[in-house]
Amino acid sequence: MTVIVGPKTKPPEAIKDASMARQKQMVNAHYDRLASAKERGEKVAATFVPGNLNELLMCFDMVNNLPEVNAIQNGLRRQSGGYVMEAEKLGHSEDVCTYVKSDIGMMAKGNIGPNGKPLPDPDVLLLSYTGCFTFMKWFELLRRQYKCETIMFQTPYLADGRITKDMISYMVKQLRQDVIPKLERISGVKFDIDRLREYLRKSAKAEDDHVWVLQSAKHKPSPIDAYFGGIYYIGPIFGAFRGTDDAIEYYKFLRAEVEGRIAQGKGPVTPDGDMGQERYRLVVEGPPNYTNFRQFWKMFYDEGAVVVASSYTKVGGTYDYGFRHDPDRPLESLAEYCLNVYTNRNLPMRVDMLENYINEYQADGLLINSIKSCNSFSAGQLLMMREVEKRTGKPAAFIETDLVDPRYFSAANVKNRLESYFQMIEQKRAGFRGAA
Amino acid sequence: MRTFVGIDLGSTTTKAVLMDDNKEVIGRGITNSRSNYATAARVASEEARIDARFTLFRRALHVGEAGHEHSAEFLAALERNFRLIQFLEQLDDLEETCHRQLEADRFKSIAGPLQEALHVIFARLRQEAASLYAPGAKRKSDFFRDIAGSRFHVHAEAVAREMGIALDMVLNAYDKSIIEVENRPPGGDLSDKFRRAVARMLAADSHAADGEGDFAAMIESALGIELEETYLVGTGYGRVTLPFSKEHIRSEILCHGLGAHMMYPGTRTVLDIGGQDTKGIQIDGHGIVENFQMNDRCAAGCGRYLGYIADEMNMGLHELGPLAMQSNRPARINSTCTVFAGAELRDRLSLGEKREDILAGLHRAIILRAISIISRSGGVTDQFTFTGGVAKNEAAVRELRKLIQENYGEVTININPDSIYTGALGASEFARRAVAA
Repeated sequence: MTVIVGPKTKPPEAIKDASMARQKQMVNAHYDRLASAKERGEKVAATFVPGNLNELLMCFDMVNNLPEVNAIQNGLRRQSGGYVMEAEKLGHSEDVCTYVKSDIGMMAKGNIGPNGKPLPDPDVLLLSYTGCFTFMKWFELLRRQYKCETIMFQTPYLADGRITKDMISYMVKQLRQDVIPKLERISGVKFDIDRLREYLRKSAKAEDDHVWVLQSAKHKPSPIDAYFGGIYYIGPIFGAFRGTDDAIEYYKFLRAEVEGRIAQGKGPVTPDGDMGQERYRLVVEGPPNYTNFRQFWKMFYDEGAVVVASSYTKVGGTYDYGFRHDPDRPLESLAEYCLNVYTNRNLPMRVDMLENYINEYQADGLLINSIKSCNSFSAGQLLMMREVEKRTGKPAAFIETDLVDPRYFSAANVKNRLESYFQMIEQKRAGFRGAA
Repeated sequence: MRTFVGIDLGSTTTKAVLMDDNKEVIGRGITNSRSNYATAARVASEEARIDARFTLFRRALHVGEAGHEHSAEFLAALERNFRLIQFLEQLDDLEETCHRQLEADRFKSIAGPLQEALHVIFARLRQEAASLYAPGAKRKSDFFRDIAGSRFHVHAEAVAREMGIALDMVLNAYDKSIIEVENRPPGGDLSDKFRRAVARMLAADSHAADGEGDFAAMIESALGIELEETYLVGTGYGRVTLPFSKEHIRSEILCHGLGAHMMYPGTRTVLDIGGQDTKGIQIDGHGIVENFQMNDRCAAGCGRYLGYIADEMNMGLHELGPLAMQSNRPARINSTCTVFAGAELRDRLSLGEKREDILAGLHRAIILRAISIISRSGGVTDQFTFTGGVAKNEAAVRELRKLIQENYGEVTININPDSIYTGALGASEFARRAVAA
C-alpha cells in the first residue's frame, strides 16, 4: 500500500453560475460606490444586516456600509485572520465576536475595503437591531473611532413568540420621532414618504422571487444549495440592494436560472461544477465558516450532501413566512421587518422553524454549526437540536467552527464529524439489517 | 475460511481485528502508528493474522477442553518461539540497516571501529534474545522498537565504554536505522515461520510434543486452513491516507458505537477517549449511533495528554495510572483545560505536593472534561461502556466511576479488557455486513 501525495497545486478557479458572477459584480460595484461616496458628496451610514433599513437610508441619499459584510468578505478573501490578530494587538480578547475584531483590525490597517480601496468614515451609525447584543458594543467601539452620531432603533425581542400592535407602534414612534429626524439632519435631505413607498414596492417584488428561489429546494434533487449557495442569494436582498431595480433584476435572473436547473433535473452548482448525486438533504442552523468556505462546502458536496434549508439565510428577514415590505404601510412594514428577522425570534420559534424546514423540505436531518465566538447564535443550540430531534425523529449533529477566525477551524475535526453524521444518516436509513 | 477485517488507524496505535462468518473474533493485532499509516495497517493486520492462526491452533489442539491439559502449554511455548523468531528476524534487519548507515560520510572516519562495535552489540542482543521470550519473562512492550531500543542502548553504552569510542555515534547509527526497519513490515512466509517455531521448540525440548496427540501434525493441519480476506473496513484518523475506497471506510464514531454494542448489547452510552479526541456516543438497541459529541479544537484531556504528563514527570505512560492509584488525597485541579492543569502540576510539584496526589487530580481533570462531552451528547444511560486506550488506565477508570455515580447514579459501567480494539471490532462487523447484506 503506497500513499500517493500529489504535488501542492493551486486549486482550480471555483466554478460559478451566471447568477453568482452577477452577484459578485453587484457586490464589487457597491464597494466601488462606497469607496467614492465622499467624492460624490454622498453620506455614508454604517448599519447591520439583520433589520437594516436600506430603503429608508436610500430616502436620504445615503450609501449603506455593512461592517458584517466587510468581515465576511475579508474572511472569504483570507484577510480576516490578520485583522483579527491586529485587533488582539490593540487589546481585544480572544473570545470576542470575530466579526467585530475583523472590522476593528481592518480599520487599524487603514480601513481598506475588499476592492483594495479605502472605505469612507461613516457619517452615522444606525443600530437598527438589538437581537445581538454584541452589535451595541460594536458600534460603541466604532463611535469612539469615528466620533460620529449613533442612532439606536430599538427592536423589541419576540420573547413571547408574537408581534403585538404595541411593538409596532413603539417602533413607528421611534422612526417618526428619532430616526427620521436625525437622518434628515445628518443628510440634509427632507424625508419623502412616497419615495419610501416606491422603494418598498421594489423590495417586495425582489422578495417574491427570492422566496421562490429558496423554496425551489423542495424539489428533488434540489436545484440549489440553500446554505452555501444561499450565501450568494441573500447578498443583494440583505445588503445594499433591497429597494433597487438591480435587486429586482438579479432575482428575476436567478429565478430563471434555477428554473432551468429544475427543468434539466440538475442539482446545485458547486465550486467544482454540478453536484453529483444528491444523497443527503440537510437543514443547517447557524452561520457558515467563511475563512475555509470552499473547503467547508466541499466536505458536503463530496459526500452528496445538499442543504435544502437554513436558518442563516433568514438573518436578514424571514420572507418565506409571508412577510413582504408593504408600500401601503411603509413605517409599520419596516418595523415588522426588523421584528421578524431570525435572530430576533425566541428559541421555541427557532425550533418550530427548523422542524418545519425538515418536514417541508423532506430533509434527512438537522446539522448545527455552532460558532465559537458567537454566543448570540450559539446559546441554546444544543437544546434546540434535541427538541428538533425529538419532534422529527431525524438525526442531528453538531459541529463547531468560527465565522472569520481561521484559527478556529479544524478541518480534520469538522470532516470527521460530518462524515460520521452522513454515515449515521445512512445507517439509520438502512436500519439494523443493512447497517453496513 | 472467510475473514472480515477491521482496521482502526488511531493516532497513537493501529489496531486490527479479524472476524469470521459467525461474528467471532479470531484475531487481534496492534502496533504503534508511527508516521506511516500504510505500514501500521499492514503490521497490525499481519499481527491479527498471526493471532488468528493461534486461535485456529487452539481450536485444533482443543485447548481448554478436558483431557487436553498439555495443549495449552504447547501453544504457549509455540508462541514464545514464534515471537523469538520474529524478533531475531527483525534484529537481523536492524543490524544490516545499521551497517548500511556506516557508508554515510559522517561515519567515514570511524567506520571500522563502529562496525566492530555493532557486531559485538548485535551478538549480545542475539545471545540474550531467548531469555526475553523465556517462560515467565516480562516485557514492558511487545513492539520491536521498544524492546530492541532499550536493550540496544544498554549494550551500546557498555561496548562504547569498553572500546573507547563515542557512544553518540553508535546511537546515531541506531537512530537512523530503527525508523526504516520499523516501517518495513515483516516479510517472509508466515506458515514457514510457524513451522520453524515448532521445529525450534521440539529441538529445545523433545518432550514438548508429548501429550494428547501429535501436536505438530495438528498445527500443520490448522496451517492448511486458508484465511481469505473477504472484506476490509478502515476507520480512525489515518483512514483517509490509505487507498481504501469510500465503501471501505467508516467513521470511528460509528465503529466505536457498533463495537461497544457487540461487546455489550445492552449499552446505550459509549465514551471513547482516544489519542486525539474524546467522544460521547449514544447508541440504540442495535448499535446504531443516535447522537455524538466530541471535543472541539482543544484536544486537552485526550490520551495524548497523558503522554505529555508522563514525559513531564519522566515516567512511562503505563506508570501514571498505578502511581495515581496510590493517592488518598487527590489534588483539586479545577482547570477544565488540561494544559493549564499541566501548569498546576509544575506549581504543585515545586510546592512539594506528592506526585501521586497531583497525578490523581490530573486524571480527574481529564475525566471531568469527558463528563462534559458525555453530557452534551445526551448524558449517561444504562449501560455505559468506556472504550479506547485510556480505559486501560485504572486511575482514569476510578475517577470515571466516581463521577458517573455522582452525576447519574447507579448505572452499569462496562470496561472490556479488549476495549482498545472496540473501533476495529466495529469496523470488522461493518465489513462482515457489507458482504452479508
